[in-house]
Amino acid sequence: MYPAATKGVLPKFFLDLTRLEGFAEIGDHDGMLRIGAATTWSQIAKFDLPPAFDALKQAAKEVGSIQIQNTGTLAGNICNASPAADGVPPLLALDAKVELASAERGTRVLALSEFIQGVRNTALADDELVTAILIPPIPDGAGSAFEKLGSRRYLVISISMVAAVITCDDEERIVDARIAVGSCSPVAQRLLKLERDIIGKTVQNIKLTEEHFAPLSPIDDVRGSGSYRLDVVAEQCIRAITRAIGHE
Amino acid sequence: MNDATHIKGTKFNLNGNPVEAFPTTGDRLSQVLREQLGARDVKIGCNAGDCGACTVLLDGAPVCACLVPAQQVADRHIETLSGLYKSDQLTTALAESFQNNGAAQCGICTPGMMVAAVALLRDTPSPSEQEVQDGLAGVLCRCTGYRKIIESVMTTTMPLAEEVQGHVGEPIRRVDGLDKVSGHEKFGDDFAPSGTLEIYVIRTPYSRSRFKLGDLDSFVSAHNGIEAVLTAADIQGRNLFGVIPQFVDQPVFAEVETRFRGEAVAAVVGTPQAIQDLDPGTFPVSWSELVAVTDITSAQLDDAGQLHDGRANNVMCGGFVTCGDADAALAKADVTVEGHFQSGFVEHAYIEPEAGFAQIVDGRVEVYACTQAPVMDLDALEVILGINRSKIRIVPTGVGGGFGSKLDITVQPYLALAALKTGHPVRLTYSRTESMQSSTKRHPSDITLKIGATSSGKICGFNFYGEFDTGAYASWGPTVANRVPVHASGPYQIPDYRAESKGIHTNNPPAGAFRGFGVPQSAIAQECLFDVLALKLGIDPLEFRVLNALENDTPTVCGQVFSQGVGIQQCFEALRTAWKTERHDVAQFNASSTKRKRGVGIAAGWYGCGNTSLPNPSTIKSGVLTDGTVVLHQGAMDIGQGANTVISQIFATALGVPINSIQLIGADTDVTPDAGKTSASRQTYVSGNAALLSGTALRQQILNKMNVAGDADLRIGNGLILATDFTGTHEYPLVGLETDDEGFVFRAEETYDPPTKPLDTNGQGAPYAQFGYAAHLVVVEVDTAYGTVIPTKFVAAHDVGKAINPMLVEGQVHGGIAQGLGMALMEEYIPGRTENLHDYLIPTIGDIPPIETIIVEDPDAHGPYGAKGLGEHVLIPTAPAILNAIYDAVGVRITKVPATPARVRAAIKAKLND
Repeated sequence: MYPAATKGVLPKFFLDLTRLEGFAEIGDHDGMLRIGAATTWSQIAKFDLPPAFDALKQAAKEVGSIQIQNTGTLAGNICNASPAADGVPPLLALDAKVELASAERGTRVLALSEFIQGVRNTALADDELVTAILIPPIPDGAGSAFEKLGSRRYLVISISMVAAVITCDDEERIVDARIAVGSCSPVAQRLLKLERDIIGKTVQNIKLTEEHFAPLSPIDDVRGSGSYRLDVVAEQCIRAITRAIGHE
Repeated sequence: MNDATHIKGTKFNLNGNPVEAFPTTGDRLSQVLREQLGARDVKIGCNAGDCGACTVLLDGAPVCACLVPAQQVADRHIETLSGLYKSDQLTTALAESFQNNGAAQCGICTPGMMVAAVALLRDTPSPSEQEVQDGLAGVLCRCTGYRKIIESVMTTTMPLAEEVQGHVGEPIRRVDGLDKVSGHEKFGDDFAPSGTLEIYVIRTPYSRSRFKLGDLDSFVSAHNGIEAVLTAADIQGRNLFGVIPQFVDQPVFAEVETRFRGEAVAAVVGTPQAIQDLDPGTFPVSWSELVAVTDITSAQLDDAGQLHDGRANNVMCGGFVTCGDADAALAKADVTVEGHFQSGFVEHAYIEPEAGFAQIVDGRVEVYACTQAPVMDLDALEVILGINRSKIRIVPTGVGGGFGSKLDITVQPYLALAALKTGHPVRLTYSRTESMQSSTKRHPSDITLKIGATSSGKICGFNFYGEFDTGAYASWGPTVANRVPVHASGPYQIPDYRAESKGIHTNNPPAGAFRGFGVPQSAIAQECLFDVLALKLGIDPLEFRVLNALENDTPTVCGQVFSQGVGIQQCFEALRTAWKTERHDVAQFNASSTKRKRGVGIAAGWYGCGNTSLPNPSTIKSGVLTDGTVVLHQGAMDIGQGANTVISQIFATALGVPINSIQLIGADTDVTPDAGKTSASRQTYVSGNAALLSGTALRQQILNKMNVAGDADLRIGNGLILATDFTGTHEYPLVGLETDDEGFVFRAEETYDPPTKPLDTNGQGAPYAQFGYAAHLVVVEVDTAYGTVIPTKFVAAHDVGKAINPMLVEGQVHGGIAQGLGMALMEEYIPGRTENLHDYLIPTIGDIPPIETIIVEDPDAHGPYGAKGLGEHVLIPTAPAILNAIYDAVGVRITKVPATPARVRAAIKAKLND
């Protein structure tokens, strides 16, 4: 709200949810991990979670600075619906769902990919709040990594980013893959064809094609050109997968 | 629903004390802390979470107070620097460490930086460098280059500094450092009492527009709390300002047409609440956007819109230097190389936006504002206000970074006009966006250069042509146009030389002074092309530079011959070892690394200290009071670089007393003589000489009066002077002696003006009494797949003549390198697109690698104790060194800065496809 504030036209009403009971809690819920809407990025970074959440934790430490991570929330990150939101690709790669609540209509759950509908545009109705983010079970042994590219080390809006959650068999062949790309389309995307095509392969045998990146539509902006983004995102995918498997 | 206008008390704990504030719903914590609770140690730099200056602890966790709604802190604990400094041992230890290391320069980021560091140290008492970077990354600093901050946080247990004389050559702490590390330094926005009337400037959103103001009286009467609107009609004097007498062309308020996005047309004065509630969209003005010229090529076409009468084809002015016959030399050269180099606007991005306060006292207008040039502010206001200058007082506040842009007036005329019109005290603080839109920038450059050499490696012909986008108004553009041809040779012997520059007007923001006045841009062209030439000749780049370096008794391209003090060869020699070992290490690394490649680059620079062939005197006044206080009126603005300390050290040395016996009185046009502007790397040299003369004269008066030997040891204090010489100790009681009207028993006011000679039509003459010299070496690592460039180490050799304070020298070097690195790799201001500190990127604490500073001291005959200026030299070699290192790493020449990942990657791909 504050960074984008326009002088003289602040909203008349503010609703502070950060201290509602349970709104900033992380816990189990019907077999899913439930992350309360007001959970901050600092909480995520410090919470004991399995390796499949490493990408989310790595992203947590890249959201602005510690100052931002101490106040910025997961729900804020997804409701802001920025194409460059650092939290979204890792959540997409975790198949995250969004729990919405309305006093009149009760609770509903949407996939994160359905919730974010466009640049600064979500499925949130006027009478709804995001109450939690839900993470369904992840295959045992999954690893993950977040690969962010920016023009400086800290406090930087991503030029492009990739989150990968990867499960391998004993021979390091990929058996499950979820790969999401941010800052390369109006809404961060899962690369479903890529995810399918790498099943059964080791990371050395992955062959990337243009088709794998067809869902992306990166724009030219001050941070980089669209063609540059498409160029680097392939390498980011390989590095994210490699790190997710545990090879730095 | 709650009623937005109902203000409910918010109770919380501030620095250990229970407090209650009354924020309006949505008010930021930063604002409430500053304006309702007096916590002015919480600084506001961006209001967007980008700079971290407002960092406070919320229940022990660092947060940006600008992003926290004030109501959210009800029943919680807030800690700020001033509170921590008072009661927290860790913070006082950190404050010592910051001072011992020189980690605070201007001090505007220091409260945020230290508060973030306290949070880190509470969790991690002995942090690693990486942990310090992670912990402090949320706070931007534009002065220090961060390395001394990292050191300070890692070494808080360092012993206290010993008692020192504080004379020339001692690396003492800043004399004004304590206020900076305890949260007490007062900057531009820290003087106005809460509740003071505020000013909001109405600015055009277009690069060029015509406008009509509507019914202003109705606007004022329709808005509760709006007191007045200021426009050009309120200006009693001339609606014009500028810094170069022949080029005074900028209106305070545009009258019919605006010439750049962000130009002011009016200003609204009102109560804080009225200004906060003001929606600029309701202000009665109608705009018609006009076709703008926004690049220097189209600006020079015959059909381009002309910005100023008498400047045909939008050419503001040019500069020219030639010696020998460049064309003939190039024709006979064995080898020639050519290049085309470009750079964009660079924003100063000091963390303190322009801010100030004004009041009417006894019929005079007093303006308190952050500035680099108080007497120039007075000169400008005298003309604008149309009143006698005796009716104006300029009191500089603490300056939270300047780097050249705070030489020009910004808030000052609005403050003075509003105070005069309303009769009430007024304040004005620019928002970050407003600051970025309306303040001056570094000139974008477009340079073509051809250099020849003999097969043995001697330069044979040099032809430089550079165009500079000076934006909508002249500002310091003429200075850039003049300086560039004088400096474009670099510190080398070039007998056949031609350099021409032009400043071109566009509808872009005014480009003005920024550390180096165009020389960093020309150095990119010259130093990068030197590498091309050296490689083509098959000569080692360092040896090529050594072979052609300027020496004593050899003429510069202006025909100036220095018989002493040309220290560039020593700078190169100082880099020799690192050049050898780093290149060896890099070759080893590259042999086994495919995606990441390292490279080593070097570049040099020189810079003439003081105005170019123009008088620029400084005056320093000192005296002794009857109680034995030694008073030093030091008017050289300390904008973080350390003039307060350096001038005091020189004065203390000359007088022969310890520095802590001196009472410093800063710039104030009512009481302190003019020490000139803080620019052109002139304060250590020019004001330093004035301080040396003043201290020497004061000492001589005392020696004469007491009739003691010239080498007598003086002790001044407790109402008397003790002088000890070979005949014994003599006592001179001061109490009861006759004094002048300022209370001085002894008084010495002295002026120094550098000896220069005018340049003729070929640029031949003696433009500066001294130059300073520099050479940088950098190691970079390039990620060839991403195009990212990570500098991993700098070695910087600087000939400063005599390091008055070696710690402050290092501070300048570090800060200059950080700015040079930013210019090389990430910074480009684009009007309308990068008007904040998250789209306009400056280096963070994670971007500056270790810097080894090598101080070379080749004394200068004109400098005080041999000292040369340094402030601008420090960033001139940085960018070309980085570009040369990129080439060394991956074999691509980046000729347009910033070398963003996208540009570097594109160049690498183009090379692969060759």
